[in-house]
This record gives sequence, C-alpha cells and structure tokens, in this order.
Amino acid sequence: MLKTFPRGGVHPPENKLTAGNPIEILPPPETVVIPVTQHLGKPAVATVNKGDKVLVGQLIARAEGFVSANIHSSVSGTVSRIDTVTDISGYKQTCIIIDVSGDEWLSDIDRSPDIITEIKHSPEEIIQKCLDCGIVGLGGATFPTHVKLKVPAGKKCNLLIINGVECEPWLTSDHRLMLEKGEEIITGARIMMRALGVTKAIIGIENNKPDAIAHLSRLLNGANDISVQGLKVKYPQGGEKQLIKALTGREVPSGGLPIDVGVVVQNAGTAYAVYEAVQKNKPLFERVVTVTGKSLSKPGNFLVRVGTPVAKLIEAAGGLPENTGKIISGGPMMGKALANLQTPVVKGTSGIVVFPAEESQRPQVGPCIRCSKCVSACPMGLEPYLLMSLAEKGLFERMKAEKVTDCIECGSCSYICPAHRPLLDYIRLGKTTLFKMMREKSVK
Amino acid sequence: MSSLLTVSQSPHIHTGDDTKKLMRGVIIALIPAFIASVYYFGWGALIVTATSVLSCIFFEYVIQKYLIRGPVTITDGSAIVTGLLLAFNLPSNLPVHIIIIGALVAIGIGKMSFGGLGNNPFNPALVGRVFLLISFPVQMTTWPVPSGFKTGYADAVTGATPLGVLKEGIRNGEQVSQLMNQIPDHMQMFYGHMGGSMGEVAALALLIGFVYMLVKKIITWHIPVAVTGSIALFTGILWLINPEKNADPLFHLLTGGVMLGAIFMATDYVTSPMVPKAMIIYGIGIGVITVIIRVYGAYPEGVSFAILIMNAFVPLMNAWIKPKRFGEEVKNG
Repeated sequence: MLKTFPRGGVHPPENKLTAGNPIEILPPPETVVIPVTQHLGKPAVATVNKGDKVLVGQLIARAEGFVSANIHSSVSGTVSRIDTVTDISGYKQTCIIIDVSGDEWLSDIDRSPDIITEIKHSPEEIIQKCLDCGIVGLGGATFPTHVKLKVPAGKKCNLLIINGVECEPWLTSDHRLMLEKGEEIITGARIMMRALGVTKAIIGIENNKPDAIAHLSRLLNGANDISVQGLKVKYPQGGEKQLIKALTGREVPSGGLPIDVGVVVQNAGTAYAVYEAVQKNKPLFERVVTVTGKSLSKPGNFLVRVGTPVAKLIEAAGGLPENTGKIISGGPMMGKALANLQTPVVKGTSGIVVFPAEESQRPQVGPCIRCSKCVSACPMGLEPYLLMSLAEKGLFERMKAEKVTDCIECGSCSYICPAHRPLLDYIRLGKTTLFKMMREKSVK
Repeated sequence: MSSLLTVSQSPHIHTGDDTKKLMRGVIIALIPAFIASVYYFGWGALIVTATSVLSCIFFEYVIQKYLIRGPVTITDGSAIVTGLLLAFNLPSNLPVHIIIIGALVAIGIGKMSFGGLGNNPFNPALVGRVFLLISFPVQMTTWPVPSGFKTGYADAVTGATPLGVLKEGIRNGEQVSQLMNQIPDHMQMFYGHMGGSMGEVAALALLIGFVYMLVKKIITWHIPVAVTGSIALFTGILWLINPEKNADPLFHLLTGGVMLGAIFMATDYVTSPMVPKAMIIYGIGIGVITVIIRVYGAYPEGVSFAILIMNAFVPLMNAWIKPKRFGEEVKNG
C-alpha cells in the first residue's frame, strides 16, 4: 500500500504533458519587472535608484523585518524606473523595472558546472546564506526559508520532509528538477538538515513520477540519512499537513505549524535553491516554470529569470493560441488567473497554464442538493456546504466555530460540487472577513 | 484569443459531474427494478410509472412557471426521480387519478412548498405515498398478484403481501412456521415473485442498482448497510427469542420495501445526513423504527414511516454530528 493522507481528497486528471520535456533556458528579456514583494511577509525595501547600473545577482531590495526576503536583480542593465505594477495576485505593488543590457553576473557567483556535495558551512552560516540570497519556499507559499530553518525556542525538530509531490495537475517543474538536478536537491536537503540539526529526511514523491523516485533512490545509494517515499496520486497530497500525516502519521494540530510535530517541510525546488545559495553563492533570481496547456504548440519547462513577463513564456511555448480564455499562474487547483500578460514571473511562479475559452467560464450555479460530496472531499474534515451558507448569511463568528480558519484552500470542495457552487470563494470571504475582525479587535 | 481573459478564483477545473448526471445515474440504477416490475405486474407497472413521472414533471413545471414565477428546472432530472420512486411505492393497479393526487402532494407539498430541490426536509416521494396510504387506505393496500402482462390493470387479481399474511396470521394466533407455507419462499421473494408495491418486490434488481450507484460513487454504503444491518440484527434477536412469533431476518429484509427504502429512499441526498457517522445513526434509526412498526404497530410494514420520522432528525444531526476535524486530537508520534 502506498502512503497517503487518510481523509478527503480528489483525483483530477493529471495532464502532465510536459513531464518528458527537459528544462530549457529562456534568455533574459529586454525588460524585467521585479516586484519587491515576492514572499510572504513584509515588502523588501528598494536599495537601488533610477539610473543605477546593476549586475545579475546584485541586491536591489533588502528584507524588512523578520519575515521578509531579499530581492536580487535577475539581469544586468539599468534601473529605468521604480513604479507600481499589477502583480500576479492582481494587486498593484512596487516593482523595480530594469532595462537589460548583456548578461553580466556578479563575479562571486560560482557558474561552473561542478557539483559540490561537501558541506562546509555551520548552521548559522547556512541560515545567513539563505537570508542573503533571498531564498523563499518555491512550492507556492513563498515563506522565507531562513525563518523556517530557525527552530523556535522551546520547539524541537527531528525530521525534514522534502516535498516533491507536485500534486497540482499539469505542473512538472519539480519533476524535471528532481530528474535533472537530483544530486543538487539531495545536497540541498543535507544542507537544510545541518541547519535544523536533524539526522533524518524523507523525500515524498507522488507515484506518478516513478522515474524521479528511481533516480533519487539511485543517487542516495542506500544512504541512511535520507529516504525516498512514493505516495498515492491524490490531491492535495502535497499540502504540508497532508504530506506530514501521510509520511509520519503525525497530525499538525488545528492552528499549529509543522514544527509543533517536530517537522519542517521544504519544497524540492527550494532544496535546489538552497544548494545554489550555499554552495554556489547564487541568489534566487531564476526558477523553473512549466508553461503548458492543451492548445499550446510547444509546452515545456523553462528556466526563467524573475521579472520576465508571462507573455515571453507563452511566446517560448509556441505563442498564444487563438481561443485562449484563461491564463493561470500556478496549477489549476490553487493557481491565480491572470488579468494581464505583462504580469512578471516571481519566485513563487511554478507554472503557467493556458486554458481555452470553453473551459474558462464557470457553469451556472444550482441549488445545493446536500449530496455531501464536499464533506467527503475536504482533507481538513470541514463542511464546505455549511461554511458557504454561513458566509452567505454573514455569520462569520459561527464560521470560526466551524473551524473555517483550518481551510487550506485546496479547492477540492468546489472541484467536486455537482451544483457548481462557489464553495471556496465563500470560504475565502469568511476567512478574510474573520481575520479582519480579529485584527480590529486586537487593535482596540 | 478572445478579447478578454477570464479572471476567477481557483479551482479552475471541475469534475464535470453535475446534478443532472447524478440524477441520471439514479434513474439508470432504477432501471433493473423497473424491468422487474414490468415483468411481474405488466401493464399496471407501465401505466403507474408513466402517470407518476409525467405528473411529477408537469406539477413541477406548472408550480415553477406560474406559482413561483421563477426559473423552470425540470431538466435537472429530480422530478423524474421523484416520479419513479413514487410509482415504485404504489400498487400496480392504483387508479390514475389517485396517482396524480400523489404526484401533486409529492411535488407540491413535499418539495416545492419548501423551496424546491435541496430545501425539502422530507423525502417527496414518501410524502406523496404516505398521504395516499392515509387517504386511500383500501386502494393503497390492494396488491395485484404478480403474473406479468396477465396481471392486468384495473381488473387485476389481488392478494395479500407476505408481511400482510404474517401480521394477520400472528394477530389470529397462528404460528410463523404455518404462515410461511402460505407465502413464497425466500428465493422467490429475492427475485421479486410476491405481492407488493410495484418497485419494491425485486430485491435482486434493487441490489443491482445499489452496486451501480456504489461503483459510480453516487451514494456511499453507509445508509443502506446501516438500515439493513439494524433490521437484520433486531429481527434476528426477536426471531431467536421466539421463532414461532417472529419471522426470520431474511424474510424481513426481502419484504415490505426494505431494499427499495434502504437503497433508494433513505439515501436521498437532500433528506439524509451529511456526515458518515450521522448516516449510520440515521440508518440504524430507520431500521429500528421499521421493526418496531412491523412487530408492535398496526401497519404490516413500516419503512416509509421510519424514513420520514428519521428525515425529521436530519437537521439536528447535521448540527450536532461533525466530521473529525484534521488536527483536532493532537497526536505526536
């Protein structure tokens, strides 16, 4: 029996069209737009001004406060302006816009192809490196890695989990990375193990990637510190809490964090970024993005500089198809629909999925027939139908009692609802309203 | 590309299964039992089913169009399901005008008066059926003897149901073992060769529908298993205590609409609980009430009443019985 999380979940068609496409390097565009917020937490503060010349890897915005991350230039060129631009979330925010000239990298970045597996750094140095290089979680949440690697006082960590599940349909960027940069990911995992002071790590991979499981197992060659574990193909297997439950049986308490059960989870892509930061002195300014969709002529996996407009990625994948109706940043279950093709790629962009017009519109909403499919699909043991009706009535306090804040927004409920009810939309409304209410109360 | 991109919240994909497909699944699952009822009751089964289904669709249409003046949703298939289930709960020789009244009560009072699909607390087909049982007790308990197209319709030869024979006999002080000689054996009852409501007799056909609905994930096993399990257990205990006063569990499972009720009526989405734990309690409730009515009550069977009584507890169960939340009990292993 393959390991899996015990409750809820759905199995959407996998559509991993690009699983066999090696990572292609996309050259830098003419202009990049680099947001100062590409992470969870406070925006970074720009350290460059209009007219400044910058090199690839140069710091251009500094982390502000504890939960924040440095931002580096992904190109060489001149800062043309600092302006507000609509980012991936649809909000306007400060961006540093750089006109590209050439491709000149900072000299202290090691660009040699050698793989360095020997770890010389102390835990403190590793955490400092992650902070300096602006490493954030690349699975989507973009939580600053240096914060996660510091075990809070009073907590104990005894296991690192590397999340190579990639349970979102369509996306293959982590899959390709595990196949092509396996050695680096394993080294990255060992670097993080040293920082956390743990002796065990598990790499969790969904069973639809047998080649990645085999490849990493072969590279590990029987090592007893890291193991590779295949997991049942079920969404959201890669949800942090679901993955911990599946691999260890430990259940992160409601409102708690993985560290409460002694675990830290890092994405496989993050492990690679940590490797590059610590061993190669390379800040996080490029990442692998899957660009895919049934209507694209050349879907693929691309190594893209942060700040590249989405339009460039679609161009590289064969151009925008005639009947495009929706463009999603991220996977189709949790990704965000883009309003604008000029939106820049950021550290958290795992994929761009193009949907034809006929699959873009939501069908008409019907009455709830109380089939309870949403209750069975919810991996957190919530009752989406109830939460939606409470949100419709404005009963936010009761939503809190029904544990709406535990919702991980995986979308399984909306995915399965036969009446096409916008369950997650209303749950999000309830969550944000509730958080706002809680903030206001704490201010008073 | 179309001039504008659609921007909406995630998820951006859907199973593709909608209410209409689910209803179609239920209708497909009812086909074996329908074929069985035509096989046993001939023209009567066809007339009752056609009248019931058409009247249910007609009343839903008229009420939505002219009374509520809202959108007409007869294409969602729920009225067809109600019509079929109502027909399955009627004797095959029931006069057309009574069927039409039943359909009006089922759709008008049972469903639309509460706000239509999704809002009715009681199973509409059973509301219609019980209304007819109380209003037309003679016609509703005159059961044609199954003999295919020879059964006829208005002129059908009638006889008692196995449960009727049992109830009457026990009341007259007869022994169960003697009464069993007057009714079909268990195997015949399993195939459906007995008097009864037109759709309830063929346990085999209903079970085929059950398997279909399980495979297609239209329903889960919880309610049917809880209903039949609790009936088997309860009647089994009574039978072990006194086999001359009480029929065996298999007899109870095969008669009086237990299969139809457990598989198709009690599992009605709208009127059954949302959480598996509650579904089991609800099913056990139905089973226990059914046996109490059968053994100690005035009616020979009791599935319809049992389901309606338990329907009334569903909102309470939904409010009180919650799924186990993730992270509720902290286990640090």
